[in-house]
Amino acid sequence: MSLHRLGVRQLADALARGECSSVELTQALLARIRRLDGDFNSFITVTEEQALDQAAEADRRRAAGEAGPLTGVPIAHKDIFCTDGVRTSCASRMLDNFIAPYDATVVQRFKAAGAVMLGKTNMDEFAMGSSNETSYYGPVRNPWDRERVPGGSSGGSAAAVAARLVPAATGTDTGGSIRQPAALCGLTGVKPTYGRVSRYGMIAFASSLDQGGPLCRSAEDAALILEVMAGFDPRDSTSVDRPVPRYSATLGDSLEGLEIGLPQEYFGDGLEPAVAAAVEQAVRVFERLGARVRQIRLPNTALAVPTYYVVAPAECSSNLSRYDGVRFGYRCRDPEDLMDLYKRTRGEGFGAEVKRRIMVGTYVLSAGYYDAYYLKAQKLRRLISADFQAAFAEVDVILGPTSPTPAFPLGARLEDPIQMYLSDIYTIAANLAGLPALSIPCGFAGHLPVGLQLIGDYFSEGRLLNAAHRYQQETDWHERIPPGCE
Amino acid sequence: MALTRSDVEKIAHLARLALDEEDIPRYTRTLSDILDLVAQMNAVDTHGVEPMAHPLDEVQRLRPDEVTEGDQRDKFQAIAPLVQDGLYLVPKVIE
Repeated sequence: MSLHRLGVRQLADALARGECSSVELTQALLARIRRLDGDFNSFITVTEEQALDQAAEADRRRAAGEAGPLTGVPIAHKDIFCTDGVRTSCASRMLDNFIAPYDATVVQRFKAAGAVMLGKTNMDEFAMGSSNETSYYGPVRNPWDRERVPGGSSGGSAAAVAARLVPAATGTDTGGSIRQPAALCGLTGVKPTYGRVSRYGMIAFASSLDQGGPLCRSAEDAALILEVMAGFDPRDSTSVDRPVPRYSATLGDSLEGLEIGLPQEYFGDGLEPAVAAAVEQAVRVFERLGARVRQIRLPNTALAVPTYYVVAPAECSSNLSRYDGVRFGYRCRDPEDLMDLYKRTRGEGFGAEVKRRIMVGTYVLSAGYYDAYYLKAQKLRRLISADFQAAFAEVDVILGPTSPTPAFPLGARLEDPIQMYLSDIYTIAANLAGLPALSIPCGFAGHLPVGLQLIGDYFSEGRLLNAAHRYQQETDWHERIPPGCE
Repeated sequence: MALTRSDVEKIAHLARLALDEEDIPRYTRTLSDILDLVAQMNAVDTHGVEPMAHPLDEVQRLRPDEVTEGDQRDKFQAIAPLVQDGLYLVPKVIE
């Protein structure tokens, strides 16, 4: 049996039926990572010994009749989630030596569900990037084309799942960092409603935008994983105290009468024709499934990127002030005095993009500029959010492309931050508004996967996954495997 | 908005970042580009718009002021760059 080709649902079923043990499965995937990941660089740390211990424990639990929903299923965590006793680097030199002293709530929840962690995945440094090229541990390569980026910042998670090294991985999404790599690697990725998944132990980038979520091969798998990840956490002051629906129970609901809105602004200049064509084909599938499609307007769309590049850097500059070389992480050699300790620790410990964003944030928050930048951005955030609320008075779900282009070549945008930022032009607004959104594969542009985005109203993850699942029952884009990864 | 080299040096100082000399022209250029992008915000009149600080407009939840965590000083200091007698060491601050 080719265990690596099975998704989360299939593996959970195979384990439940006793067709394989978790130890066998874990050994098979670890061997695959050893054999193939030299090409992709999707893992920063592989936790081989711990994974085998967890797998043996999962098999014991199953034998004792104590199996949970994910008992024995292998997963990987983006290296932004703190893992007790395991290096948590955030792909930064600053945290290269950081052994987290506790587990993130998300990590605890997977442990409680019985999942087996294979390792920690590569990412853009501190989740700042859209190509996974800003990692201290080197770029990740896209399994569909090794000369191209996998997207970012959750690029390691996306490449690992696409290359069939692991059936599912966690990611985080501040401006598109789950959805854009999911699109560029042909996966299903979900950014939940702000507050749905605990941020405790998830290293902070921009606290009012960050949200954790799954990268998987199907909406069905994403529903199972999100049921484990989501839920109230008293340790996160922005966590929402509201029951988590059983997303997997409503996947098969009819789409008859579902109102889908296509925002004009998401189909304009800058959208590559092959991407537009794939998305338009997908719209026909939704119509066949009974959905009613109409044009809508989101007039403030063009303001999302400028607004984001005030809010995100401002929050990043305050969050990253904690890296001072005193309590944990990197410290420069032989500091002359305290100022030298701070400056050289941070200058040497952070990479160029992180420094750039800290400086933008420092500038916009500096004395006298607050009203012109941060306050202005918060007002625009209100207008962007109001656009969505006006749209949701008319439609149930908003549909458009996830990213304007498929995967671009390594190095193509690294020297031009503005071009890099524009690859998140369709994803950023959902973060500013705090809305749930997901990306699913909907075709190819040449040999490269294209992603389709669905955005819903607050806490409508169940409806989005339902729509995505029904689409995936009609299509097989999500079952395509990169060449060489069969 | 075009920043000057001395603007960038001042911002880097405020952010406590030592920059390599040869990198400063590139930061000056890219930071100016980003501020140009951000300036697109000014095209919109936001007079009277309520600023949005939280996506769900919720207020910060408070918890009772009770001790919920035990002392983990040794565990946390085990990963510190330099400690002595339970204290974090830094270069001398007061002469």
